[in-house]
Amino acid sequence: MDAQELLRLADDEFILGWRDSEWTGIAPFLEEDVAFSSIAQTEIGHARAWYQLAAVELETDADALAFDRDPDEYACAPLVELRLIDDWAASIARRWLYERADGIRIQALLNSVDRDVAGLAEKIDREEVYHRIHADMWAERLRDHDLFSRAVEDLWPYALGVVSPEQRPLLCHAIGLEEVGAIERGNHTPDLRPLWEEMTMVRRSLPGATW
Amino acid sequence: MNEAEFEAYVQGGGQVEAGDPMPEGYRKAVVKFIEMHGNSELMGVLPEREWILRAPTLQRKLALTSKVQDEVGHAELIYRVVEDLGKPREACLDDLVAGRTKFHNVFHYPTRTWGDVGVIAWLVDAAAIISQKALLKCSYAPYARIMKKICWEESFHILHGRDVILTMMNGSDEQRELVQEALDRWWGPLMQFHGNPIPADDDPMFRWRIKSQANEEARQQFLDGYVPQIWEVGLTVPDPKLAKGKDGVWRYSEPDWDELKWVVTGHGPETERRLGFRQASRVETAWVRRAVLADAA
Amino acid sequence: MIWEVFRQEREGAPFQHGGSLEAPDLRFAKAYAREFYGRRGESFALWVVPREAVEEVREPMVAEVFDRDYRRVDGYSLKGKLKEARGRAGTAATR
Repeated sequence: MDAQELLRLADDEFILGWRDSEWTGIAPFLEEDVAFSSIAQTEIGHARAWYQLAAVELETDADALAFDRDPDEYACAPLVELRLIDDWAASIARRWLYERADGIRIQALLNSVDRDVAGLAEKIDREEVYHRIHADMWAERLRDHDLFSRAVEDLWPYALGVVSPEQRPLLCHAIGLEEVGAIERGNHTPDLRPLWEEMTMVRRSLPGATW
Repeated sequence: MNEAEFEAYVQGGGQVEAGDPMPEGYRKAVVKFIEMHGNSELMGVLPEREWILRAPTLQRKLALTSKVQDEVGHAELIYRVVEDLGKPREACLDDLVAGRTKFHNVFHYPTRTWGDVGVIAWLVDAAAIISQKALLKCSYAPYARIMKKICWEESFHILHGRDVILTMMNGSDEQRELVQEALDRWWGPLMQFHGNPIPADDDPMFRWRIKSQANEEARQQFLDGYVPQIWEVGLTVPDPKLAKGKDGVWRYSEPDWDELKWVVTGHGPETERRLGFRQASRVETAWVRRAVLADAA
Repeated sequence: MIWEVFRQEREGAPFQHGGSLEAPDLRFAKAYAREFYGRRGESFALWVVPREAVEEVREPMVAEVFDRDYRRVDGYSLKGKLKEARGRAGTAATR
């Protein structure tokens, strides 16, 4: 698999993991805080695994890929960049949409001719079972709440941009919404740069240091 | 059992469960003590949370998120114990943000650099663990039981803290300076952390075996365990009087007890901002609690 | 709703009370129990039980009116009888 595709997978998980960890300590209630934090950690763990694969191809290391690129070089989908903190409905909507999209993507990768990719996809899929359980239980709880259904509608074009055009009909079927114009990768939202600045501030303060 | 009999009972090792009859003074003292612990775990999360977002490697990000997750979990366990004594969680959080209840001094101070992250995980957590180990013997059994899980999870935090510090001390001059500078700022609050020395006989917390370790004993244990660790990596402690006497007792400059009192009564440099932040998040997510917790049968 | 969580540390070990948590229903309670008592792989299995389903029984466990020495180890005194039986059989006491 080419490095750029690996970086798309890695960057999606990494930036979403960063966004999800914004809820650590301030989730709606303590039990949920602990559960949500595990999801964020798992995402970052998955990102690390994809970065490690990409690092072999690009002859660098995972941390360098995660932290030492410029914002424009990140290959993540706009969905994961959006700053949604304090909006629980939107954050849950994003989780739910992303898990469905990522699930479709991972399913396809299980059959990859690249054994490393297929193997990693299989491991990730097993962990994501818990993410799906969590997202589904919340989606059902909030199903009748306007805030949630509006958030799903607002984020739907972004969600479509996570998967490839051929995979979009599958996502429409999974979510139960009609396909609309997707917000494609390639143009970063204004939310990415401030995220990147905060995320890399310690790292940039002493370039090349070991932490 | 009257109060004198109850006191004899707990002093003899007697355990108290949630449904047991207990003197009102004991119940109030237990609630106040445990609630302050819960508040502290929760408030400690806020400074650390900022650094999760800024962690400079994938491993540090994961380790710090995991540490903070443990602390939120501890807050949950602790507030559950308080709730079973009659004070609901939301009432505890209301009192906390209104400034009516306290939390430990160290969580009222700012964190300025990655050096603070290391010092907090290594030394602040160490100071807390010393107190927490003594609470394993608390006469109030539900609290003693959760302390076991809490102490086990905290052991991972100290390893993480030590790793962060040692990596920096083995790094560049600038990194070593970051650690020393952080230690210089945190030393005062660390020395105040265990509280001013109170004679055990005067302290109802002792008579009721809620606490089983004197403040000074805890501080001495901290100094004994950690000053050698601080010195052996080339760091200095900003107290020229700090030295271990031939009798094994550490001597040190008198901590600023006025500062401690001022800070824990809600006047720390970060108190207002952090409580405000916590309250703002609570308000934003109140609809979720109503939707999810309230309408549950 | 309050849920009590019991955890089994290893396969075959007894289930012991781990703690309690608040959750709106069993689905949430199970998800949270996994996180609280299993995220470090420290439990082999969990029981998640609504608090109101737990009935506490405290001492006295049974009414202790008459002596029930037949239920206790100290209710049996075999030394003297064994000595007598051995004497009858002509065997020396075994060491």
